[in-house]
Amino acid sequence: MNHDLPLVSIRHLEKRYGALTVLHDISFDVRRGEVACIIGPSGSGKSTLLRCINALAPFQAGSIKVAGIEVRDPALDKRGLRRRVGMVFQQYNLFPHKTVLQNVMMAPIHVLGQNRHDVEERARRLIAKVRLQGKEDTFPGELSGGQQQRVAIARSLCMAPEVMLFDEVTAALDPETKKEVLVTIRELAEDGMTCILVTHEMGFAREVANQVYFTDKGVIVEHGPPKEIFNNPQQSRTREFLDQVL
Amino acid sequence: MMQWLQGPDGLTGLGLSILDDDLDRSAFLWGLWTTVWLSLVCIVLSFAIGIAGAWAQGASSRLGRGVVSAYIQVFRNTPPLVQLYFFFFAVGSLLPSVTDSYGQSVPMVTNVGWAVVSFSLYAGAFNIEIFRAGIEAVPSTTVEAAEALGYSRLGTYRHVVFPLALRISLPALGNNLVNLVKTTTLAYAIAVPELLYVSAQIWSEQLNVRTMMNLLLVVYIALVGLLVLGINRWERALRVPGLGR
Repeated sequence: MNHDLPLVSIRHLEKRYGALTVLHDISFDVRRGEVACIIGPSGSGKSTLLRCINALAPFQAGSIKVAGIEVRDPALDKRGLRRRVGMVFQQYNLFPHKTVLQNVMMAPIHVLGQNRHDVEERARRLIAKVRLQGKEDTFPGELSGGQQQRVAIARSLCMAPEVMLFDEVTAALDPETKKEVLVTIRELAEDGMTCILVTHEMGFAREVANQVYFTDKGVIVEHGPPKEIFNNPQQSRTREFLDQVL
Repeated sequence: MMQWLQGPDGLTGLGLSILDDDLDRSAFLWGLWTTVWLSLVCIVLSFAIGIAGAWAQGASSRLGRGVVSAYIQVFRNTPPLVQLYFFFFAVGSLLPSVTDSYGQSVPMVTNVGWAVVSFSLYAGAFNIEIFRAGIEAVPSTTVEAAEALGYSRLGTYRHVVFPLALRISLPALGNNLVNLVKTTTLAYAIAVPELLYVSAQIWSEQLNVRTMMNLLLVVYIALVGLLVLGINRWERALRVPGLGR
């Protein structure tokens, strides 16, 4: 794999629901090991953008390449794409009928056909990594939101993805549990995991992001390193938004 | 002791001929076994039809969905006895006869065979609807999480959607299976030797109609009670801490 090439490359992405354009001419690159944060008001298409990257949402024009795989290819190998792209959701979306350990182990066994013994070893290590040792045999319904979200992160990591998508993963959490999850994500980023985050946590974005993208009404209004975006925004729309949330 | 119990009307004086008449007893036991066997086979088959049908209903193929919904409409909206007659008399007469091991010409599908087909399809149509309701109660976000992990549609159904839907569907499924056990008495109409059929044979000979009627009620209460007990156990075994309570 050529490390100079971007891991995720988006060009002129267009996404419409009927007559409504939700994403317009979106282009950006995320390099291996980079952390990109997408910020912007609700309804600006941030989550839809993430869902396009792992082919959960189809798009009408443009191109998304992930590790050389063209997402819009009609013959797309979805499994091949999704094993490379992990995703964590706002509502955790754990499988409620499976224990923590089973949640983390399921996909590598069922989807990738990996050896149960190896997967279990990896799963236990990841559960420890997100600081949930001792919770292996608990069911999601017995955990707090922050704990569930960390299980969701471990579940994604167990597929050994090359890039992780985080879709407002702390939006449903209270301030205290929020911090546990953010610490986990920061550690991931420090380990060199490529991350694309949609977030309302401006402080967190400022701290971990290499690039910040401000989106509004389906377009990227402005982007740059967090220092520039947060301290010296060029566009009036960006300033307006930051004044509201900071 | 036994003789002391036997009054002029047979054992216990109640006209319970199945206790002291070997022929009646073996006929009754055979009827009981037939009912149990018929019920179990139809439960398993209708369950399988429910799983497969609910899966096909969510398929992208319009033809597949159309076939399943036509099947449900036909079997849900017509009387089960009419369905049984349709299979036994209409479809059965169209099938060729086969020669059995004694060299005799026999119908390809026996009356018991038609009862199995008919009742399984009848209960299966309801099971599809029952599972569909359970599937619709599984949050789309949970399904999406499975897809994002790379699960195929079948993998998602098998490992995530159906296990969750089953837990939601179990009470309604129980009702339908209870109904199925009771519906097996319709096989009487095509001379399948199940409980009702053998009982009728016994009472027309012994003239103990009232006794046999009461016995039938008790036996069915016991059979259905066992089924309900089993389903309740299953429900409890599938219960997950922190889910749905």
